[in-house]
Amino acid sequence: MRRVVITGLGAVTPLGGSVEHTWSRLIAGDSGASQVTAFQTDDLACRIACTLPFGDGSDGTFNPDAWMEVKEQRKVDPFIVYAMAAAGQALDDADWHPKSDRDQEATGVLIGSGIGGIGTIYDASVTLHEKGPRRISPFFIPGRIINLASGQVSIQHGLKGPNHAVVTACSTGAHAIGDASRLIALGDADVMVAGGTEAPVNRLSLAGFAACRALSTGFNDDPTRASRPYDRDRDGFVMGEGAGIVVLEEYEHAKARGAKIYAEVIGYGLSGDAYHITSPAPDGDGGFRCMTAAVKRAGIDPSEIDYINAHGTSTPLGDELELKAVERLLGEAAGKASMSSTKSAIGHLLGAAGAVEAIFSVLAIRDGVMPPTLNLDNPSVETAIDLIPHEAKRKRVDTVLSNSFGFGGTNASLLMRRVD
Amino acid sequence: MSDIAERVKKIVVEHLGVEPEKVTEASNFIDDLGADSLDTVELVMAFEEEFNVEIPDDAAETIQTVGDAVKFLEKNSA
Repeated sequence: MRRVVITGLGAVTPLGGSVEHTWSRLIAGDSGASQVTAFQTDDLACRIACTLPFGDGSDGTFNPDAWMEVKEQRKVDPFIVYAMAAAGQALDDADWHPKSDRDQEATGVLIGSGIGGIGTIYDASVTLHEKGPRRISPFFIPGRIINLASGQVSIQHGLKGPNHAVVTACSTGAHAIGDASRLIALGDADVMVAGGTEAPVNRLSLAGFAACRALSTGFNDDPTRASRPYDRDRDGFVMGEGAGIVVLEEYEHAKARGAKIYAEVIGYGLSGDAYHITSPAPDGDGGFRCMTAAVKRAGIDPSEIDYINAHGTSTPLGDELELKAVERLLGEAAGKASMSSTKSAIGHLLGAAGAVEAIFSVLAIRDGVMPPTLNLDNPSVETAIDLIPHEAKRKRVDTVLSNSFGFGGTNASLLMRRVD
Repeated sequence: MSDIAERVKKIVVEHLGVEPEKVTEASNFIDDLGADSLDTVELVMAFEEEFNVEIPDDAAETIQTVGDAVKFLEKNSA
């Protein structure tokens, strides 16, 4: 199979409107959590979230108008706007703007989302109820359905290769990057724009996830302390919004045009829990099997993994199950590995999480620094693995693993490695 | 311009994101103002909302310019 490398990164996250702003604040230990003020929250169990720092684009703020015309933004849900911004950044970073038929046809898009345009589907439902069907916009459907992130990005940039989308809840972003890598490895495309996007911060989503008992509810007055993976006082995840998108490229294609290469995607594993719609299997076996599959595909020994970006959502059940599965994978090597959950800083970006976290993993390789797990004051279990509490840590990082586990028992692991 | 023409122009400017000076009664939504077929459906909906009228599909098909819209609305709105 052909080798696949990462040559461009793009992200809009609660810590910044770009990859570099996000990364520098993440390493500094900043939190993106705050009390929600954009809509009524007094009757919600969870009243906090990690929202995007909107602004004019200066000082790391996110200015959507820089990435999509205002009149076009009006027709789509924000999850598509976030994807347009992150995809535009990633293509600029890769310096890949195909103009010839051949280059355009060799470049595809695979961007997923966990739930797509849920906020504006809710709004349209209210319009339907109050004003009737003649007031539903012709842009309602094409502005809400999940594959339209890929569709809009392809239209804006003239990308005529495979056009696809992934929907696997919180594993979406990782599956998108993994599946897109396979399309390149098998020769369906030379370049893929891949990742995840999510805009879930609205009353309906907060009510729904709270009903699943998935959200933190005990830190409404102290939002930056709410997301605390592995800590004994953790009580659920903090919802986040944003997008992470990478440019994946066949190795020789990247080399031939002198592209900057961040890392190679050396392994990708997938598995199903076959257990429960929202709870992870109590033996952590699903996560273990997908990590094992990625390691096997890469043909490496687990002891070669330097840094793991955990799924680690800060839910009571999931964190420890993942930790045990990672210990099982690493065996004796657990004592030399480091693992952190960056959801402690940016919250849980659902369908975008796996892609944003893959980007963080790649940047750990580039900069030799691993982001911290915030709020890890009192670990709920003992482990030989360094969970990087509170502060980022410097270390040479060559091989990284990024885990994502989603509702429905859908698991994905990405293994990436430095290219010398 | 009449009051109705001003209101139509305002809607067109907002929905199509065009400069106000580009919008004249002769402007064709698709050929001159960059609209696509879905934009024209939404424009007609916006006219219905603003002027509290119902524009049947066969009538909507005849509204292709700003002037067409103004004429229809002058005749049919209360």
